[in-house]
Amino acid sequence: MILVWLLIVLIVGGLAALAAGSWSANASRWVSILTFLIGLAIGLYLWVTHADAVTVAQTGGWIVRFKVPWIPRFGIDFQLGLDGLSLMLIMLSLFLGLVSVITSWSEIREQVGFFHFNLVWTLAGTLGVFMALDLFLFFAFWEAMLVPMYFLIALWGHENRRYAANKFFLFTFGSGLLMLVAIIALATIHFADTGTLTFDYFALLGTKMSATAAAFTMLGFFLAFAVKLPAVPFHTWLPDAHTEAPTAGSVILAGVLLKTGAYGLYRFAVPLFPEAAMNFAPIAMTLAVISILYGGIVAFGQSDLKRLVAYTSVSHLGFVLLAVYASNVLALQGGVLVMMAHGITTGALFMLVGALQERTHTREMSRMGGLWPHLPRMAGIGMFFAIAALGLPGLSNFVGELMSLLGTFRASMGFASAAALGLIVAVIYSLYWMQRVFQGPTGTQIEVAGLSDFGARELGTMAAMVIITIWIGVYPQPIIDILDPALTGMRETITVTMMSEG
Amino acid sequence: MLHLLWLVPLLPLLGFTTLVLLQRVLSRTATAIVGVGSVGLSCALALAIASNFLLAPPMGGAFTQTLWTWMQVGDFAPSISLRFDALSLVMMLVITVVGFFIHLYSAEFMAADRSYLRFFAYMNLFVASMLVLVLAGDLLFLFLGWEGVGLCSYLLIAFWHEDPHNCVCGRKAFIVTRIGDVGFLIALLLIFTELGSLDIHTLMQHASAQWPVGSPVAIATAVLLLAGALGKSAQVPLQTWLPEAMAGPTPVSALIHAATMVTAGMYLIARTHTLFELAPPVLLAVAIIGVLTLLISGFSALAQNDIKRILAYSTISQIGYMFLALGVGAWAAAIFHFLTHAFFKALLFLSAGVVIQALDEEHDIHRMGGLRTRLPAAFWSYLIGSASLAAVPLITAGFYSKDLIIASVWSSPLGGPWLWAGAVLGAFLTSVYIFRSVFIAFFGEPRTLVGQRPRARALIALTVLSIGALVIGFLEIPDIFGGGVHVLSEFLQQTLPRSAARPEPARVEWLLELVTVCISIAGIYLAYRLFLRRKPEAEALASTEDANLLRRFWGSGFGFDWVYYRVLVGPYEWFARVNRRDVLDVFYNTLAAISRMLYGMLRQTQTGNLRWYMGVLAAGGVVLVAIVVLT
Repeated sequence: MILVWLLIVLIVGGLAALAAGSWSANASRWVSILTFLIGLAIGLYLWVTHADAVTVAQTGGWIVRFKVPWIPRFGIDFQLGLDGLSLMLIMLSLFLGLVSVITSWSEIREQVGFFHFNLVWTLAGTLGVFMALDLFLFFAFWEAMLVPMYFLIALWGHENRRYAANKFFLFTFGSGLLMLVAIIALATIHFADTGTLTFDYFALLGTKMSATAAAFTMLGFFLAFAVKLPAVPFHTWLPDAHTEAPTAGSVILAGVLLKTGAYGLYRFAVPLFPEAAMNFAPIAMTLAVISILYGGIVAFGQSDLKRLVAYTSVSHLGFVLLAVYASNVLALQGGVLVMMAHGITTGALFMLVGALQERTHTREMSRMGGLWPHLPRMAGIGMFFAIAALGLPGLSNFVGELMSLLGTFRASMGFASAAALGLIVAVIYSLYWMQRVFQGPTGTQIEVAGLSDFGARELGTMAAMVIITIWIGVYPQPIIDILDPALTGMRETITVTMMSEG
Repeated sequence: MLHLLWLVPLLPLLGFTTLVLLQRVLSRTATAIVGVGSVGLSCALALAIASNFLLAPPMGGAFTQTLWTWMQVGDFAPSISLRFDALSLVMMLVITVVGFFIHLYSAEFMAADRSYLRFFAYMNLFVASMLVLVLAGDLLFLFLGWEGVGLCSYLLIAFWHEDPHNCVCGRKAFIVTRIGDVGFLIALLLIFTELGSLDIHTLMQHASAQWPVGSPVAIATAVLLLAGALGKSAQVPLQTWLPEAMAGPTPVSALIHAATMVTAGMYLIARTHTLFELAPPVLLAVAIIGVLTLLISGFSALAQNDIKRILAYSTISQIGYMFLALGVGAWAAAIFHFLTHAFFKALLFLSAGVVIQALDEEHDIHRMGGLRTRLPAAFWSYLIGSASLAAVPLITAGFYSKDLIIASVWSSPLGGPWLWAGAVLGAFLTSVYIFRSVFIAFFGEPRTLVGQRPRARALIALTVLSIGALVIGFLEIPDIFGGGVHVLSEFLQQTLPRSAARPEPARVEWLLELVTVCISIAGIYLAYRLFLRRKPEAEALASTEDANLLRRFWGSGFGFDWVYYRVLVGPYEWFARVNRRDVLDVFYNTLAAISRMLYGMLRQTQTGNLRWYMGVLAAGGVVLVAIVVLT
């Protein structure tokens, strides 16, 4: 029931933020903050009480489950479940939600109530995605989170927002339809085999089907998730959406929405069709390596700082795709840690870009340059997250990428070695943007006289993100421990299914 | 006492943290106290721990301290652990002692700089990372220090970031070394996958138990580690970043790009020596790369006019000697040369720094001249450093260490006359290029006014390093000089293998000594004839077309940069530039354009004109009937 409460908190919180917005902008902001804090408290409670992995291991990694019939006629339940993987992604989402509210404090001045309503409801949808264990319910949440996100981009975005919002919607909605087809196909195959119509995740695990049917159904899921992740060549919606979205939108897109794609691969695309997924692994891993390298190279070529950061997401998430198809516990752990690290560091970078745009009224790097002496705090923090993003050991991204590479290396030396080249690509784009924005002589195109550095509100948020980045970098064990039963369970499911079929 | 080891790297790290967090509060004096003091404390502690280690050696000659498990997933459990043995003791002492004096010097050298605090923050972070690198007991933790020093190197090269050129240099250093680091990282993946551990001690035991000598996996591992070492230590073909690294403040060049960080590659090979001994072809490659590097950079140093670039090429060349020593299995000789080099090269850079500051940022030796009398402190320290670098016999430290390497190359079964000849030629070049700078910059006519002169803190640093550059060599004296001293190599034998060199008959040894002595003196004499007592014939020869071409070729570092730009950098930038709009988006945009076009075409049919609809209906009917009738 606690999971339902989590959703209710967000749904009600969103409505309350909308209502409060008609009264005062700040009230709406505080209501949203309160909502996320309550959510975080619930998450933290679950984390602390289940930090002891042994007790969870007996339940196959599930911490809490909830199930009531919804549309019994079609075998659809309202079924939620939470394991370490869901919990970590939920914590990340709520934290970034909190960050988004704070970062929009001065940026969003119009329709503040409706803005926060959309923000909170996007996250409510995302939380649903991370918890749904009924495939139909999963699809419902999957689509539900898109609509408020669409509004966030289309209403509060930058100059080219309509194009970006439509592109975002068409890509994700279109690929979502493929998934729906695949879900129905899977349920139908299961019905033909067993005579019961159900969308229950656990019932559908290990459904017997022909190799061809499995391949096609798997592909439906894969495409939906690969678009969301995004993997090259399905990534082109992302730079536009990120660039045109308001800062909060970019933070949520990069930090949370992309992770739903990765989550889908973890939870559905591989465990439901282990054999098909393993046959598909070479293709997926090729796409992953291409994403890592191509995303990084294209990022390097951008002149719009926000677009650059957007492309780096393609590169970072490639390590997750790699990890999923390496499919051993080490790689899976690494993949989740990449997600966490990427959520924090890229979120921080989007905040930084947003703050820069608010102050300099541009995202074009050719117009910036030499801002270090004028914005020393922003420069220092920018440098910190730039080097975190390029995978410096001791900071969060390295831990995830290393484990993902180690796991992949066991599965395939070639893919892991090629992916390791991402280290070079990352250092190139990071150092270049750092120089073009903060170093060099001060440009003449920006009025530097009145620039204000980070204030207490922004500095505090950044400090929290810096601390988390270092913490994951030097002692990620609490996260690894809570993930372990879930990922080990997942791995066993895959093995068991493949054994019973093989 | 030993259990306080973790404090040695932690103290500079605390210095860094303090400086960063309190940057708004600290005065310049307080900054210097924190910045220099943290390294000073670390140095004092290191000395205490080292003497403790020497007086009461721990069991097995090594002390291990595990602080915590970094992360653990199944059997993958790298730890934040320290391992203290003879090798790390020597490295730690050099880093803290030389590091402390360079910090002390910097407190004065950087006094006028706007970003005084930022400088000390980066320097402290560097010392902390470098100490992690040499003290780490786990290869992954070592990699943390390894990347950390790379970052600090970048930050400090690009320290004066208002000048974009400095940023380009910093970036180049980071990117080129990162290329090598990919090799290192893949080596980590391979080692863990094959040997199941990243603890250095454990993995070396497993390797010698599991891998036969010369097995492909051993060779692959050694090659990958070597890639990392080549990048960090600026050896051919990844040497191109070091001359550009001179864009940083001079104390940075002294500490990072001469005394400590650039020798990390040598340290890595020495640290994982077992893996290299299992791969003899790679060990041979190390020796050959060493010789190539020392020759190429020796020639390049001859054609430089920027005093710091001369020293930079010289550093590359001297590390080449260390690699050569490693390659022929003279492990202790490599460490010995590292030790003496740290002192004399830091000394050379610091005295060059005094000159540069006194002449108001003048780097060109041809515009110096006559500084012998006007900057005596700088002259004497530069001369001592040069003498040590040129291996002036008997009285300098550089003589003993270089001599040991050259002798080992001759008499080691892994070496031979060819490598030996290269090393001797390199020694000759060294004498010529360094005394070229001495004669041009410090003798002859004065050409620039002298401004600021060094004061107490700089003088202390110069004096201490000068003494070091002279006396450190007495740790290791060849047998033929009255009995011989082998303090260092005997101490290092606790950790490193015994030298592969066989003892030679006394007369061969005498002959070898004579060659090195003569070579060193001959080089200095040639420099004297060419650059101080210029002969008209020499002038004429030097100004011919061919000579100029050769000088340009040498000066450009044998054209490596030119090739890399055309083959790697240029195409990469070109692709990124032309693909800015992302070619993959073309497909989707075309799709969108086609649907829009179809929409436009179909919309044309919706005219609202009843006659048109009837006509189309009729035409459709005719076509339908025609199809039915005709088939």
